[in-house]
Amino acid sequence: MKYLLIAFLSLSFAFQNYPDADGILKKVDANMSSDTNITESSMVIHGKRNSRTVVSRSYGEGYKKSFSEYLSPAREMGTKMLKLEDRLWIYSPSTDRTIQLSGHMLRQSVMGSDLSYEDMMEDRKLTDMYNSKVVGEETIDGRKVWVLELIAKVDNVTYHSRKAWIDQERFIPLKEELFAKSGQMLKRTVMSDVKKIDGRWYPTKMNYKDVLKDGEGTDFIIDKIEFNVEIPEHIFTKASLKK
Amino acid sequence: MIKFLFKGILRDKSRSVLPITIVIIGVALTIVLSGFMRGIMGDMTDQSARFQTGHVKIVTKAYEEAMDQMPIDLAILGVDTLLESLRNEYPTLQWVKRTNFGGLIDVPDANGETKGQGPASGMALELFNPNSNEIERMNILSSIVEGGIPSKPGEAIIGQEFASKLKVKIGDEITYVGSTMNGSMSFKTFIVRGTIRFGASALDKGAIIIDISDAQEMLDLEDGSTEILGFLNDGVYVDEKAAALKAEFNSKADPNDEFAPIMLTLKEQNNLGSYLDMVDVYAGLFVGIFVFAMSLVLWNTGLLGGLRRYQEFGIRLALGESKGRIYKNIILEAVLIGSIGSILGTTLGVMITIYLQQTGIDISAYLQNSTMMMPSVMRSKFTAQLLYIGFIPGLVAMVIGNMLSGIGIYKRETATLFKELEV
Repeated sequence: MKYLLIAFLSLSFAFQNYPDADGILKKVDANMSSDTNITESSMVIHGKRNSRTVVSRSYGEGYKKSFSEYLSPAREMGTKMLKLEDRLWIYSPSTDRTIQLSGHMLRQSVMGSDLSYEDMMEDRKLTDMYNSKVVGEETIDGRKVWVLELIAKVDNVTYHSRKAWIDQERFIPLKEELFAKSGQMLKRTVMSDVKKIDGRWYPTKMNYKDVLKDGEGTDFIIDKIEFNVEIPEHIFTKASLKK
Repeated sequence: MIKFLFKGILRDKSRSVLPITIVIIGVALTIVLSGFMRGIMGDMTDQSARFQTGHVKIVTKAYEEAMDQMPIDLAILGVDTLLESLRNEYPTLQWVKRTNFGGLIDVPDANGETKGQGPASGMALELFNPNSNEIERMNILSSIVEGGIPSKPGEAIIGQEFASKLKVKIGDEITYVGSTMNGSMSFKTFIVRGTIRFGASALDKGAIIIDISDAQEMLDLEDGSTEILGFLNDGVYVDEKAAALKAEFNSKADPNDEFAPIMLTLKEQNNLGSYLDMVDVYAGLFVGIFVFAMSLVLWNTGLLGGLRRYQEFGIRLALGESKGRIYKNIILEAVLIGSIGSILGTTLGVMITIYLQQTGIDISAYLQNSTMMMPSVMRSKFTAQLLYIGFIPGLVAMVIGNMLSGIGIYKRETATLFKELEV
């Protein structure tokens, strides 16, 4: 009788009535992705000796095109980045050179932050990249969240698997852990300051922490974001880098 | 007595030729191997000191913990003041500042867009300061393949292989892409003034050498450098001296300041300490193995000699000579034979060592993908120690071998000698 009870309880746990993970991810994508966006952001990079803030304006179209211009501090002002498909160009005003980055260079840190160029470039919908399942339910800062495990279903993703804590009401991730294929955790992100913008919930502060590095991580703060606005096509050309 | 024994050795060739030959071979091998190992390790130590470690190196505590990653954000600041005080306090060393940095070298086409690029391993030296001796210390002049040495800011030397891979010629522009001390993106265009080949694959791959003033500007390292190297004035590394300096310097460092400069000795860097200790252990091991192997052979030779001289010893015992005296004679003979063999073996070993010191063995073909800092031509090193090191296996093995074989003398029964000798 005792064993039957244990078996019954185990089965109940195994078949808990969690919602469909794909359905959750679709709602997350609906909040986090858009056809186009224009973002003004501040990246607060906490170094060992000091912290500094890098301000930029970015234009994005789908996940294949993006263009960023750095506005401050003076050292970065005028530096521009263009991503087309999987290629990235950086324009440096001090040398008047356009430099293409590829291969392992894309895994380097952007301006000493905890974000890599690949992190900056990867803007695909989660449902396009991962198979998912709900593995639990927790509470973060008083908000109920679904815990999702995501495993890559395509090859060309930066992180092979992720664990995401998704707000059950607003369908945005509040926390994520990003893993390499070996199972080694590479980064941890914490999202906060969730605001309703253009009818969708969106976290306006994200802390990226490269767990392989010391330090407090990098805060990525969205000062202003517009979704689904028209962006002139010339923005996403190499000519716009030198303008 | 010695003269008498010496005559015996010379006249009775069967008593001396084989043992002397064995001793010569063993002693010569010991010397050649010791000289070769010391040569390689000496070259590695010297090359490491000049290119990477100095005889002592000063870095910040935080930099030392992550030294492999070349974290320029943890560099020494206020480096010129520190250098001045080092030059005043420790005038027996030459002090220089250097900065190591990583990044990417990008080669532009006619439109200024990327034509080719590769990862760069950069070194910034005091090239424009004639008192630094860095050009001589790094053998830059003799390592230049094409072009010359930068004479003004904005000029660079790059590795010859790197230059051919990226199809860069003297006078071409290249752009360094990397991060500043604060993590900002850094771009700087240099004119290639020369190409270089040091002969150490780890250095030649992706090398770029610039003046420290360019690096300070490019990496936002005003009055900073990643390290300060100290070289003892006589150019020879002495661990005791370096350790004493280190203890004195580090006693002044603030234990709570992670950016406090601390001193490291050459032996503490790049696993050189374990290499140097390993050489001593292996040199001792070689001598030990030779002593053991030669003792076995010479024991056997002594036994054969003892058998051959069975009658001689029997007659000498029958004539009333004591067993101890005969045993002593055998040992004295062994000392003489060992000495002759050791002198000849040392002469042969030293000749081979000097030959290998001058010609060396070229191993560059095996180092193409190596990241280890080692010379591409392995050479022996003749030191005074080699003149006596061979006497240890030569004499000890010969004496032990004969002591073992001579024990048989004590087993002879005086009462049965006449019967044994069939007199």
